[in-house]
Amino acid sequence: MKKTLLSLAIASAALGAPVSAELVYPSLSYRTGPFAVGGIPFADGYADYFTLINERDGGIGGEMAKVLECETAYNTEKGVECYEATKDSGSLLYQPLSTGITYQLIPKAEADGIPILSSGYGRTSAKNGKVFRHTFNFPVNYWDGASIGINHFKEQAGGSLEGKKVTLLHFNGAYGKEPIRTLQELSKMEGFEFNTIPIDYPGQEQKSQWLQIRRERPDYILFWGWGVMNQVAVQEASNIRFPMENFMGIWWSGAEQDVLPAGDGANGYKSLQFQGVGSDYPLYDDMKKYVVDAGKAAGDGSNVGSVIYNRGLYAAFLAHQITLDAQEMNGTSSVTPAMMRDAMEQFTLTAADYEAAGLGGFGPDIKVSCENHGGLGTAAITQWDASAQKWSLITDYMPSNYDLINKLVMEDSMQYAAENNITPNCD
Amino acid sequence: MFYREAGDFKTSYQDDNQTFPIKFDRYRYYFVLFVAFAIIPFIINDYWANAVFLPFLIYAIAAIGLNILTGYCGQVSLGTGGFMAVGGYAIYKFMTAFPDVNVFFHVILAGLVTAFVGVLFGLPSLRIKGFYLAVATLAAQFFLVWLFNRVPWFYNYSASGQITAPERTVFSNPVTGANSEPWMVYLFCLVFLVMLTLVARNLTRGALGRSWMAIRDMDIAAEIIGVNPLKAKLTAFAVSSFYVGVAGALYFSVYLGAAETEAFGITKSFNILFMIIIGGLGSIFGSFAGAAFLVLLPVVLKNVLVAWLGWPTDLAAHLEFLIVGGLIITFLILEPHGLAQLWRVTKEKLRLWPFPY
Amino acid sequence: MPEQLVFAMEVFLNGLMAGVLYALVALGFVLIYKASGIFNYAQGVMALFSAMTLVGIMEGQIPFSHLINAILGTSVHHFGWHLPAALAILVTMGVMVLLAWLVQVVIFRHLVNQEPIILFMATIGLAYFLEGLGDLMWGSDIKKLDVGLPQGINLWIDETTFNIFDYGFFIDNLDIVATIIAAILVGILVAFSQYTKQGRAMRAVADDHQAALSVGVSLSFIWVMVWSVAGFVALVAGIMWGAKSGVQFSLSLIALKALPVLMLGGFTSIPGAIVGGLIIGVGEKLFEFAIGPIIGGATENWFAYVLALVFLVFRPQGLFGDKIIERV
Repeated sequence: MKKTLLSLAIASAALGAPVSAELVYPSLSYRTGPFAVGGIPFADGYADYFTLINERDGGIGGEMAKVLECETAYNTEKGVECYEATKDSGSLLYQPLSTGITYQLIPKAEADGIPILSSGYGRTSAKNGKVFRHTFNFPVNYWDGASIGINHFKEQAGGSLEGKKVTLLHFNGAYGKEPIRTLQELSKMEGFEFNTIPIDYPGQEQKSQWLQIRRERPDYILFWGWGVMNQVAVQEASNIRFPMENFMGIWWSGAEQDVLPAGDGANGYKSLQFQGVGSDYPLYDDMKKYVVDAGKAAGDGSNVGSVIYNRGLYAAFLAHQITLDAQEMNGTSSVTPAMMRDAMEQFTLTAADYEAAGLGGFGPDIKVSCENHGGLGTAAITQWDASAQKWSLITDYMPSNYDLINKLVMEDSMQYAAENNITPNCD
Repeated sequence: MFYREAGDFKTSYQDDNQTFPIKFDRYRYYFVLFVAFAIIPFIINDYWANAVFLPFLIYAIAAIGLNILTGYCGQVSLGTGGFMAVGGYAIYKFMTAFPDVNVFFHVILAGLVTAFVGVLFGLPSLRIKGFYLAVATLAAQFFLVWLFNRVPWFYNYSASGQITAPERTVFSNPVTGANSEPWMVYLFCLVFLVMLTLVARNLTRGALGRSWMAIRDMDIAAEIIGVNPLKAKLTAFAVSSFYVGVAGALYFSVYLGAAETEAFGITKSFNILFMIIIGGLGSIFGSFAGAAFLVLLPVVLKNVLVAWLGWPTDLAAHLEFLIVGGLIITFLILEPHGLAQLWRVTKEKLRLWPFPY
Repeated sequence: MPEQLVFAMEVFLNGLMAGVLYALVALGFVLIYKASGIFNYAQGVMALFSAMTLVGIMEGQIPFSHLINAILGTSVHHFGWHLPAALAILVTMGVMVLLAWLVQVVIFRHLVNQEPIILFMATIGLAYFLEGLGDLMWGSDIKKLDVGLPQGINLWIDETTFNIFDYGFFIDNLDIVATIIAAILVGILVAFSQYTKQGRAMRAVADDHQAALSVGVSLSFIWVMVWSVAGFVALVAGIMWGAKSGVQFSLSLIALKALPVLMLGGFTSIPGAIVGGLIIGVGEKLFEFAIGPIIGGATENWFAYVLALVFLVFRPQGLFGDKIIERV
């Protein structure tokens, strides 16, 4: 009891701080804990982009952007606590970077009216905007990614995967199990043999899994990992001398820190991506000038341009564009979460928009509507060059098997709607 | 001066047997109940409910459960997370299978299911003792988590394996799901906590509790004088698992709203064990104290370090670990038997106050 | 030879090697428990801390750089030097000895004669503290550990077994090196405890504190020594695992793998830790190989515990543990 009262006093002083006229973007980051290796560059990219916009442009539409960081350590309880702590400070948009925390927040954000953008993670069936009114996952989701990966392998195999063997090596949790349904349907459609090999958290011991792969000799492997299991998988794959060009990771398993430890053995490893790699874009020159050289970078400046950093930057870029749209639609510079949500539901992004922002070719086209909160569902494939130590895009942004994905999205979202008494609607 | 037994005569057996014989204790208890039921629901908001009170109430229930098993009966158990998972998944299945039954009954049913599972996993305790038993209960922990991940029936065949609590109401106020008001969820959990605490206090004061403590202190001697070890140990497992199951059901349905098996991992088991050790083994108050310590301290630290001092979040998170570890060690050196012992010593001193001896 | 049998042999050999690595972690626990009756929950974190310190010293990181930068507003990160691995290991060893001494003086001297559960709790506090300290000193991002250990498939074994069985066995070079190092380490430890004066003093303390005190053995010196040796074992384990998967938080979770080894082998026996480790390593890999695909895989997490549990039901003190003698 005593502790409660004391903390009541302290916290109410802290929380009672007045909200200044700013645009607030909460960052539920994880700079500690088991997945810090991915959480740190994302949070840095997110924060640095807004610093750049503040320094270079004086904010968004004249209002300064503020990034409220809250450490979750990838823990759902802390995610809830961070959400509750930040939602009353004028938070406009949540991007939780954790499938588990996203699942938590979906009903809460729905009730509180704050939109969630879970680009390339989270609950895939949130693509059905009629059921999930406040949750968006453009530009692409896991089921799209699985389908695009299979399409690429199909092309690589000469047009048909009939009789081939595909294995899904995945994290034994919600995130890793997402593509299984899609891949099962695809295996029936394309005629390949499909099996799954789960890896338990934390995945730093994968000997059994790779011995099994070595015995079974699948033709292609799709990999859904996160954290330290990425680099262990790549290392083990190179140890058993698996042909790396047949080994593809989802966009969370294709960063520099996943492939550098394996050295030359990782050459040829592929990964799906939904944003550009490297720092060869005009925006990065500005980033260097206004942020890194001015000493305002969130990290020490060394991870600018790395894959996950770019992902964080892309997330911030999307938030920026949405805010601009919301400001324009409503004729005011102080937008509310409801305005953001409406702007997101009509969001479009074309190549010209990317070019104008100094990020020409950085990401796919995006078109959102009430029925489709997931965008066009396109992704590209990058490949790792171990001698040059860089990732490079080897394909354009390619579409997935749209009909199949839509069918699965409908099934899952309708089950959620039934369980939770939601009538699909568009108002 | 105030806290004394002098002049307080009992005139009936009922008075003599009551839980708080000293008047001051009784009034303090009524005052706490009054504040908890009549004041806090009116001043509570979303943040306080979700970040402070709900975890405290829920972990207090789980801590009482584990204290019954480990503190009163001496069987060290590290499977608490797994049993909370049983509670969580059980209530999910009940809620989706019988949507018309009130969620209050579902919580109790989930507790009963967990009690049954707890008895099953408690069977090795008849042969294995001490730290070995602790590590054996880890088998329960990992196996249960694996089971809920593996068998799709538990999560109703959803594509991702996550379970989401549908909205349910009590007296037409939503208690689960996102539309629930903070005061409603707070009261719901508080009612469970008060009921279960009363039951636990009386169980541990009664014959069953004495048989548990006999097993804990010297189990061979206890057997010789006629305490049935099978009955004592298995009832301890059953009651403890009931509490932990209720805590797990509330944790999933009321507090989190959606969960996957990671939420019930080994860290949860260790956390609850730390709570009862810091709070004091074999004491109901200790369960509360430990739960408060481990729930509130990180939140307070975070608010002080990040909100007040404005330090970067990862520094704050690291310092949290440092300070929690340091405080645990300091408390142990000062008072090895936990916060409950500190409380008892304070009360002893208060009985004599203002006299020194 | 039938293919499944050949596969099983490969899995068996890999299991033995994995078991050796588990035993390495379990050794640290056994040493401390034997000498002082403390179950050291912080052993895994000690492995992480020692590995982080090693990397930090090798790379010339400034300790507490993040904290210093936050308070003083500077932007320093590295001293600028790179130490060779061998020298860095010696320096890290020195740090672990200092840590052992501090732990003894600050914590356990004040908790002499307390119950085991209190001592266990103190090590839990120590684990939290060390984790926070390690993160604060060296940062929580992942670090690459390169002490020159070879990795990758052992080609000689691959070719030889291919010629014999028509299927090349996969044995990782790192595992072979780890096995050899662990064997040497165990040999040294056993020789130390049997043949040196300090080793005998350690065994005396493990038997009976009072009696050891009465013959003039300095308890605190022995405890510092034991914790230092456990720290050294943790360092070796940290290097092995850190070379495989990088130095980051999950390294401390390898302690969980050691628990079933301890259950099986008994908490107080060094040969028990080795044998227990081998049994657990082989058991879980073979189970995953044989039954895993039928029930869906990822059984390694819990099978080790179930296996140890089954053993315990027949022998409640583990294979080699001290028989629990209870007096009424």
